Amino acid sequence: MSIRRNASEMSAALANKEISAVELANQHYAQIEAVDKDVHAFLHLDKDGALAQAQEVDKKRAAGEKLSPLAGVPLALKDVLVQKGVPTTCGSKMLEGWRPPYDATVVTKLKDAGVVILGKTNMDEFAMGSSTENSAYGPTHNPWDLSRIPGGSGGGSSAALAAFEAPLAIGTDTGGSIRQPASVTGTVGVKPTYGGVSRYGLVAFSSSLDQAGPCARTVLDTALLHQTIAGFDPKDSTSINHAVPDVVAAAKKKDVKGLRIGIVKQLAGEGYQKGVENKFNEAVAELVKLGAEIVEVSCPNFEYALAAYYLIAPSECSSNLARFDSMRFGLRVGDDGAKSAEEVMNLTRQVGFGREVKRRIILGTYALSSGYYDAYYGSAQKVRTLIKQDFDAAFEKCDVLVSPTAPTTAFKIGEKSDDPLAMYLNDIATIPVNMAGIGGMSLPCGLAEEDNLPVGFQIMAPAMKDDRMYLVGGALEAALLDKWGKPLLDFAPKLAGSK
Amino acid sequence: MSLNYVQAIEKYEPTLGLEVHVELNTKSKMFCGCSTEFGAEPNTQTCPVCLGLPGALPVVNKTAIESSILIGLALNCSIAPYSRFARKNYFYPDMPKNFQTSQYDEPICVNGYLDVEIETDEGAKTFRIEIERVHMEEDTGKSLHVGGSDGRIHGAEYSLLDYNRAGIPLVEIVTKIVPNTGKYAPQVARAYVAALRDILRGLKVSDVKMEQGSLRCDVNLSLSPAGSGALGTRSETKNVNSLRSVERAVSGEIVRQANRLQSGEKIVQETRHFLEESGETRPGRSKEKAEDYRYFPEPDLVPVVPDSKWIEELRKTLPEKPADRRKRLQREWSVPDKEMAAMVNAELLDTVEETVKLGADPTKARGWWLGEISRLANEREVTPTDLISISSVAEVINLINKGELTDKLARQVVEGVIAGEGTPAEVINKRGLKVVSDDGALMKAIEDAIAAQPDTAERVRGGNIPAAGALIGAVMKATGGQADAAKVRELLLKHLGH
Repeated sequence: MSIRRNASEMSAALANKEISAVELANQHYAQIEAVDKDVHAFLHLDKDGALAQAQEVDKKRAAGEKLSPLAGVPLALKDVLVQKGVPTTCGSKMLEGWRPPYDATVVTKLKDAGVVILGKTNMDEFAMGSSTENSAYGPTHNPWDLSRIPGGSGGGSSAALAAFEAPLAIGTDTGGSIRQPASVTGTVGVKPTYGGVSRYGLVAFSSSLDQAGPCARTVLDTALLHQTIAGFDPKDSTSINHAVPDVVAAAKKKDVKGLRIGIVKQLAGEGYQKGVENKFNEAVAELVKLGAEIVEVSCPNFEYALAAYYLIAPSECSSNLARFDSMRFGLRVGDDGAKSAEEVMNLTRQVGFGREVKRRIILGTYALSSGYYDAYYGSAQKVRTLIKQDFDAAFEKCDVLVSPTAPTTAFKIGEKSDDPLAMYLNDIATIPVNMAGIGGMSLPCGLAEEDNLPVGFQIMAPAMKDDRMYLVGGALEAALLDKWGKPLLDFAPKLAGSK
Repeated sequence: MSLNYVQAIEKYEPTLGLEVHVELNTKSKMFCGCSTEFGAEPNTQTCPVCLGLPGALPVVNKTAIESSILIGLALNCSIAPYSRFARKNYFYPDMPKNFQTSQYDEPICVNGYLDVEIETDEGAKTFRIEIERVHMEEDTGKSLHVGGSDGRIHGAEYSLLDYNRAGIPLVEIVTKIVPNTGKYAPQVARAYVAALRDILRGLKVSDVKMEQGSLRCDVNLSLSPAGSGALGTRSETKNVNSLRSVERAVSGEIVRQANRLQSGEKIVQETRHFLEESGETRPGRSKEKAEDYRYFPEPDLVPVVPDSKWIEELRKTLPEKPADRRKRLQREWSVPDKEMAAMVNAELLDTVEETVKLGADPTKARGWWLGEISRLANEREVTPTDLISISSVAEVINLINKGELTDKLARQVVEGVIAGEGTPAEVINKRGLKVVSDDGALMKAIEDAIAAQPDTAERVRGGNIPAAGALIGAVMKATGGQADAAKVRELLLKHLGH
């Protein structure tokens, strides 16, 4: 059994008892052992917990119990979701050593499904960034080229998939943190409709934008994971009480005949790498060949999405991150018995937070200040409504919208770390989806001719119509696989020591 | 020369504003399932949500919303079809998230009123207190600052934090400005808080125990030169914890502000603390500039959108208004005004009503609770109902009415019940306190009395009825007080030919 197989194939092998869950977990740990010193996808491995879970699954299988499709399949969990007793750092010094006393709802669902959680993956601190360079524990490297970024904030999860350290991963997406890493690592990632997956236990960056979602190497695997983690949660007031669309069936259908696919005029052109645009257009041509109908749509207010996002997300984060004050958990600095609580809070926050986090806290604090609220936060919320209206109008003309996921392929580590604005532009095509609360998927659509690096294809669907992304993604993936003759990841250079 | 209250009120017109915080008596907290039980071991009633642990999310307690709507309806408010929670951002160790989740510019109830009646020089007068808003919020934890001089965080050696209270649902009821109360401002303020407390108690949404902090009042007060119609700068006096203190805080602030204005000083807009001992206020923590709470809508919660059908159902469950109920009971029980006021002030109206519901005569019920039992309770510094149960009192009164106990015997029974000797029936049995109603036994005592005082008996026979008192007294004494005096009188007079 190769660790390069898909999760659904691993699932079948487990069901046929070709391999045990314990063996499969150990194989992945061996791969992690071999390559993670170079990739640095993981911040923490929970071998004991994972093997215990795997053993449990094997026992149940031996006893003939009915198991969920992903029982025994390994998974990498972004370190922004709490897992009881397992360190959760959010890529920050602030939470070093903290072991949460409870499980996120997503984690509970994974455990209930028998998924084997290998460990916690690296990320930009508190999910703020597009390169994973903002992790307090050092950057993650892109398995396609170790000198390049794996995207962010969920670079650890996507790199783990691309490096075959895990067949499944959980990411979170506030402005593109699932889709952009998927795009630059040649993997699949889905940001579900806001409210489709519980946020309970997801350490908040921007509450109204954050959404956990599935990541994998194929559309079907992503769908299987999506179905496992989605659904109403009474512990999350913003969770949608509505049946989860049948994403697995949609992923398997592979039929887009007559489907209207909209191309967003504003998500192309200036700032988009030539090779990215070419691969995107070639993928669109594949969809046409499959019988889809192409519609060009205009979303004029997308122009303001990035600016509005950088008011809303920092505003919410300035409040969400206030609880990191050293009083009840996490880092405490300067408590020498002489300093006041306020001084200790101050010192801790000075030391505990990185530059990007501080930048956003300051931005958000400013935007919410009295006298500025209406001009900044208030205006940004209005833009958000306009963006929603743009989507609504567009979805009247088509079933899904498509665009490149990110304007460029993976850039070099360090290339943009001193230029926050250039960094923010990575998310120009992904942010509108979060602003409108709808679903978005990224799947690989080829290698850019300039640099031979993966390009991501984004599919956006109306709220709670997540199955449409899987429908289009599944069909496109199959067509491209035919064209390439093998999965895109097979074009990636082999990592030293890789099994 | 400093102004006293009378002088102050001649020169200046007070404007009031009252903010009342009410702890709701829901079983669980505002945003999580933790218990709200008072007095538990510190930090035993907490969870990831009310501790503000990373990743935890709030869910609104539906009962708290229901209670808030009931309060709004009872205060004649409109119930907002759409209201939201906001975050009030500031750092303080007893606030786990470093923001308080509170309604802000979109409260659940708006524009109500409450009429209160006070005694004025011209007789009873009604003041309408307009309610601006009723909104929901969560309580903070409790800090205990150890060491240092005054229990404040500054100068303390260390601080202890208890998060059991963090997240307990609070409702804040804010009045509009209350103008034109003149010299009655202190009484109006007190009457308002008292009326509000009665309403909340009637709704059963809160314990409304001011001394335990489940009802806390902040008094806003400003003065303007009499007749100017202007609005002055206000002070806000925090956590005034009894009805009497409300009254004293208002009058104290009127005098303090008047004297400042009189000597040409400005009133500083500030928070002040009421000092129970002196009745004065002292400045609270001084703020260099107004705190900027950076309010914004709470993104973790969805708007509160109560169904109008639900609101109407709740409206139907509203209890009778306390003022209406008082009038009705006064009429039904034929109680004089003064007596009624005494009963209300002693907070015994509910108790008397319960007693009456158990069949007791209203006048006797009032007499027992306000008289003998209150006296004994005062001696022991407990509340009357802590001393003896309502059903025991009703039982005693009913026995008096049946003629099985005399008032004197009844007092002994009550004494026995309070002493823990058992129920009234048990005390009567144990102490042998039954009224002597056997005519034979009474006749024997009557004949003995006549034999002992033949002259008196002769006078009664001769038509001097009042003289019978001495004979009746002798009979009562002989029966150890266990006879019904009326019955003795009847038998005696009959025996002597009347």
